[in-house]
Amino acid sequence: MHDNIFEKYPKNDRSNLIAILQDIQDEFGYLPENAISEVSEFVGIPQCSVYGVATFYNQFRLIPLGKNVIRVCRGTACHVKNSANILTALEAELEIKAGETTRDKLFTIETVACIGACSIAPVININDEYYGRITVKEIPKIIKKYKNEMKKENAFEKIEESAE
Amino acid sequence: MIELKINNINVKAEEGMTILDAAKSVGIHVPTLCHMKDLFPTGACRICVVEVEGMRGLTPSCAYPVSDGMKVQTNSPRVRQARKTIVELLVENHPDDCLICVRNKNCELQDLSEQYSLREHRFVGEKKDHAIDISSASMERDPAKCILCGRCVRTCNEIQKVGAIDFTNRGFSSNVTTPFNKGLNVSDCILCGQCILVCPTAALREKSHSKEVISALNDKNKFTVVQIAPAVRASIGEEYNLPLGTNVTGQLVTGLRRLGFKKVFDTNFAADLTIMEEGTELIGRIKNGGKLPMFTSCCPGWVKYIEQNRPQLLDHLSTCKSPHEMEGAVLKSYYAKKMGLTPADIFVVSIMPCTVKKFESDRAELMNDKMQDVDAVLTTRELVRLFKMAGIDFNDLPEDSFDNPLGESTGAAAIFGTSGGVMEAALRTAYFKLTGNELENLQLNDIRGNVGVKESTININGTDIKVAVVNGIGNVGIVLDQIESGKSEYHFIEVMACPGGCINGGGQPIHQKSEKVMKRVKVLYEIDENAKNRRSHENESVKKIYNEFFGEPNSYKAHDILHTTYVNRKELLKK
Amino acid sequence: MKSFLDIKFKDGLHTPESPKEEFIAHCTDGALTPGQENEINEFNKRLKYELHEKPIIFIGMDTSSLASGANKIKEEIIKELEIQKIDAQIVETGGIGFGTFEPFVDIKLPGKDRIIYSQISVKDIHELLKSTLIKKEIYVKKAFATYGETNEVVTNINEIPFFKEQLRIVLENCGIINPESIDEYIAAGGFKGLDKALRLMTPETVVKEVLDAGLRGRGGGGFPAAKKWELAYNQKSEIKYLICNADEGDPGAFMDRSVLESDPFKLVEGMIIAAYAMGASYGYIYCRAEYPLAIARLQKTIKQCNDYGLLGKNILNSGFNFELKIKKGAGAFVCGEETALIASIEGKRGMPKPRPPYPSISGLWAKPTVINNVETFANVSAIINRGSKWYSSIGTETSKGTKVFALSGKIENSGLVEVPMGITLGEVVFNIGGGIPDGKKFKAVQIGGPSGGCLPKSVMDTPVDYESLKTVGAMMGSGGFVVMDEDTCMVDVAKYFLTFIQNESCGKCVPCREGTKRMLEIIERLTRNYSKNGEGKDDLLRFKGVLYLERLGNVIRDTSLCGLGQSAPNPVMSGLRYFRTEYEEHIYDRNCPAGVCKELLTYKIDPELCNGCGLCSMKCGVNAILGEKKHAHYIIEDKCIKCGMCYEACRKNAISVN
Repeated sequence: MHDNIFEKYPKNDRSNLIAILQDIQDEFGYLPENAISEVSEFVGIPQCSVYGVATFYNQFRLIPLGKNVIRVCRGTACHVKNSANILTALEAELEIKAGETTRDKLFTIETVACIGACSIAPVININDEYYGRITVKEIPKIIKKYKNEMKKENAFEKIEESAE
Repeated sequence: MIELKINNINVKAEEGMTILDAAKSVGIHVPTLCHMKDLFPTGACRICVVEVEGMRGLTPSCAYPVSDGMKVQTNSPRVRQARKTIVELLVENHPDDCLICVRNKNCELQDLSEQYSLREHRFVGEKKDHAIDISSASMERDPAKCILCGRCVRTCNEIQKVGAIDFTNRGFSSNVTTPFNKGLNVSDCILCGQCILVCPTAALREKSHSKEVISALNDKNKFTVVQIAPAVRASIGEEYNLPLGTNVTGQLVTGLRRLGFKKVFDTNFAADLTIMEEGTELIGRIKNGGKLPMFTSCCPGWVKYIEQNRPQLLDHLSTCKSPHEMEGAVLKSYYAKKMGLTPADIFVVSIMPCTVKKFESDRAELMNDKMQDVDAVLTTRELVRLFKMAGIDFNDLPEDSFDNPLGESTGAAAIFGTSGGVMEAALRTAYFKLTGNELENLQLNDIRGNVGVKESTININGTDIKVAVVNGIGNVGIVLDQIESGKSEYHFIEVMACPGGCINGGGQPIHQKSEKVMKRVKVLYEIDENAKNRRSHENESVKKIYNEFFGEPNSYKAHDILHTTYVNRKELLKK
Repeated sequence: MKSFLDIKFKDGLHTPESPKEEFIAHCTDGALTPGQENEINEFNKRLKYELHEKPIIFIGMDTSSLASGANKIKEEIIKELEIQKIDAQIVETGGIGFGTFEPFVDIKLPGKDRIIYSQISVKDIHELLKSTLIKKEIYVKKAFATYGETNEVVTNINEIPFFKEQLRIVLENCGIINPESIDEYIAAGGFKGLDKALRLMTPETVVKEVLDAGLRGRGGGGFPAAKKWELAYNQKSEIKYLICNADEGDPGAFMDRSVLESDPFKLVEGMIIAAYAMGASYGYIYCRAEYPLAIARLQKTIKQCNDYGLLGKNILNSGFNFELKIKKGAGAFVCGEETALIASIEGKRGMPKPRPPYPSISGLWAKPTVINNVETFANVSAIINRGSKWYSSIGTETSKGTKVFALSGKIENSGLVEVPMGITLGEVVFNIGGGIPDGKKFKAVQIGGPSGGCLPKSVMDTPVDYESLKTVGAMMGSGGFVVMDEDTCMVDVAKYFLTFIQNESCGKCVPCREGTKRMLEIIERLTRNYSKNGEGKDDLLRFKGVLYLERLGNVIRDTSLCGLGQSAPNPVMSGLRYFRTEYEEHIYDRNCPAGVCKELLTYKIDPELCNGCGLCSMKCGVNAILGEKKHAHYIIEDKCIKCGMCYEACRKNAISVN
């Protein structure tokens, strides 16, 4: 199933484990359960060791993400500029906690240690878009924007479907 | 030679020695939790910290080598405070249920808590919350009690090389568990229980069959009998403070009778029977060009391993049931008939040094007429608990002997409990069967001792029979690879999942005395040396059972009752 | 001439297969190649943008600039150039490191000075291009500085307070050259250090030079960099590894990223020299996967170095081989610890191991391994090129050279600053940083990230060097420098760092895994109000915790396995040292003087200001606000959970917090 990824690496070489998992996640957005056992077979180590590595690093996810990923910077500079409140507001707006995905699978909130845009703290990053010097008051507007975009997309999909 | 001072005592130590070992050599005890002899230190628990002059922080003595002129304090106020705090931190994240814990009074955390006089909870806070995994037939996993010392992980991965459990997540959420936190029953675990032996707390423990045994004993309609594995008699004394390596067979029999078992039999009888069957099977394979090398099948952990990992090699496995299953099968057929009992009324309990035997006794393949050959398996440890509950003062018990006919055994059977023993016993009988002469040298030193893979060649009628003994499942990989690549020269291979054999099985008494294996083994070899008969084919009761019931080894009837089949568990687990 | 590879040697061109020893020397010194000197000199001038016919527009394109919209600006410039039909060259540079004024666009007309324009937004582009490229005037409205002489309109960049006291060695090229062009790097003097090391020096003399220079590891501990090289060099092993730790995970630090994005060749050059000194033939750059731009630029850098025969076999015909690869980290702060980083490269959980054995003796796959961080390597070429004497003349007795800090937080000028060691903290905060904005009072500066400490005004005359910072209870760390004002609560800051440590603890050793958790819980209890379900048990725990807080901190510091744990108590310990009264106010009075710890706040509605719009009671999640429409509302204190939603919602500023 992941042969396209495996062919880039030599078999039974543990040093590529993390790179292989990264490639799989790049493709699927997360690490599906069967990937763990296939990687274990390919790399030649017990499944449990693969699982142990996958759960050790922040980057790896064992469940799929939402369509829009909101990353809230929790770096020091953002913290002293009240990024905790930004996070609370986001959590309240979407009714999920950091690390969770909304039921409609549209949004996931993640926290990151430092985006590295300290000069425009506090910062959040939605997909690839940065929002700097953000205030709690702006949050609902921003979320609405993405919700509307999703609605538009859905509408397009529906139109396309009916056209077919 | 290196000279250093520990607690102002002059100590001479060898280059490369750790502070821990140097301290031990002069009678200074330093507590440890994650430390495992002969394995590279991980330095995880920090309980062994000591103060080394000139070093900024405290130094883990298990992981730091001595050097000339070093000055070490193992008992300074700073060290004591640090250790106490570490114990407190462990205790704060551990259930407060010592009173109802299976490891009460045999728990390293409890010991440390006592040693450092913990009298109050100083760092109260969140405790980790994990469900108990009771999915497997042999073992329970209680991660809430885990202190993450990593000894089980290292045993499973570095010694046994099974890799069923590992550290997962990190930080405060760290957990030792299976992939996706699923049950042990669907993991790569072979249930050998070696992890239980190294667990300092009750995070890993056997699944108890005590309740079933007690209710069978209470049931007037049941004919409850018991059998004892060879290794139990050499170790159970340790639970009663007897010196390591005390043979307590006689007291054990008395104790079991007092518990209320109608009959007390010896698994050694079935061990002799196994040799007859397995030896004959081997000769048959050699003579008729059957699949070689042939593997022993006494060890259910090994059987589970090959079923899970190399099902393509299952043809190499002897079809013989393991001794206690044979004993059970004989009890419910031959014995029942002979004594006029209804097989369904017989309740067979096995006292085993082993955890996988519990899983084995549940196997569908080990069932006859919808009856399991063995109804319950108690580990050595569980038996001790039953004795205690029944008020049996083990050390003061008079000696007694086994019931017959399933109580007679030879020296060959006794050594089944140690790595190499099955092989030695088999060769004694195979030699006789093939040559008509008795093997003179009864001590095959090549295949004794604590080496990973032992091998020997024995010339029988001009043919060199090459044998190997795999001591511990972690060493089996090479041997299996050889077979798969067609390079194996062996005829017969014994595999025992536990390092040292059953004597060091996962159901044995728990303590971390490193000399335990060799001391217990000595008991078995002594039984063998002092035995009237030392070859399985000399067992009169065994001869009799063939005359009266089976006809001859590997007969149709013997196959029906004493042999079994295996499953491709790799396929099974995938689904 | 298309690239330096076109230089003609007596025996043909320089290629990786037929390397020429003096390739680098020929690149910048045309005189060495008679017949081609004019061509080479002109090429160099073009690379340095001294000679050009079309106007050049430089756009800073590092992550920080991109976050403030550099990409959109680039698109707009391209669009605008087309509309206005102007022929100009666009050059993407790295970042200059002055975050507050980003994004930057520099414009240079042929024969004129390069002028820096700051805080450019898409709306400015039209005017900017019109006035600079068509009217050929300086666009005063956005002009920030010039690389030329100060004149009546703009000042020279080095006279601007933010840059004035900086001394840029590591960052010298950042924001000036195109980080993706090896030729530009060479023209700017790059690879001269490598050239010198390989041609004129032995590994021993390189080690000695760097030891004499006094270069210490910039990643935190401050161990002499070349000492590690020497140790590894003395190991008898066929295979040795050199690793660059580019897994910058410190919240509030982005120095390494800026080098990776803005001058990656400098890092690679330093690594090649170090590899030569220690005898390593394989190298890894272990870079955060969260730095995609840095990784992309590193990949290009390595490719170009391979093409130029500066990596690979027989580098510059010296017989020295060095192969360099990138390993992407997967997000674990603890992988900054050497042994954990090695475990991660080996494909394992990034958990530290006890030392000895030290990595220099037995590291990656049990081979001698040296690990230094980005900034350390970025100093090496300058040291070799300009000599240890020059380098050691900068700094203090024990700490030589410069240090890069990521200045951020409540500060006027935030960004990357590279200062000579020995400069005082106060000079960084007030001279370079320009002090605290909005007329607020300075409270503390947090140095060294989660391992460091918070330093108050009283120690602001402490010089920046490894030892002095340790004495006052902080540490050099990787270079986070976060300024805090009176609105910052030090208990809250300690809580923040402990939370970070707890999230990032690998979980291997007890003091870090369990101890920092308990420490965090103790601090959390300080920021909590009276327990609602009462019984007093909570209060008892609260005091008990405080009682044992320092003891716990000492044990964690004394017994943790790795640096992460050993330094984990620092934020709390330094807080207790300098801001004890603030802790005491939390403990005894349940009061947060900075007004940060939510549960300790009281919200009140001023009936004079409230117009009864009801917005606050609508937002209140626990129905703690009552009042009739168009009449003043009030807050029921017992019900209030201090979430602050009403405060944010009120349009009349009628709600006050104490």
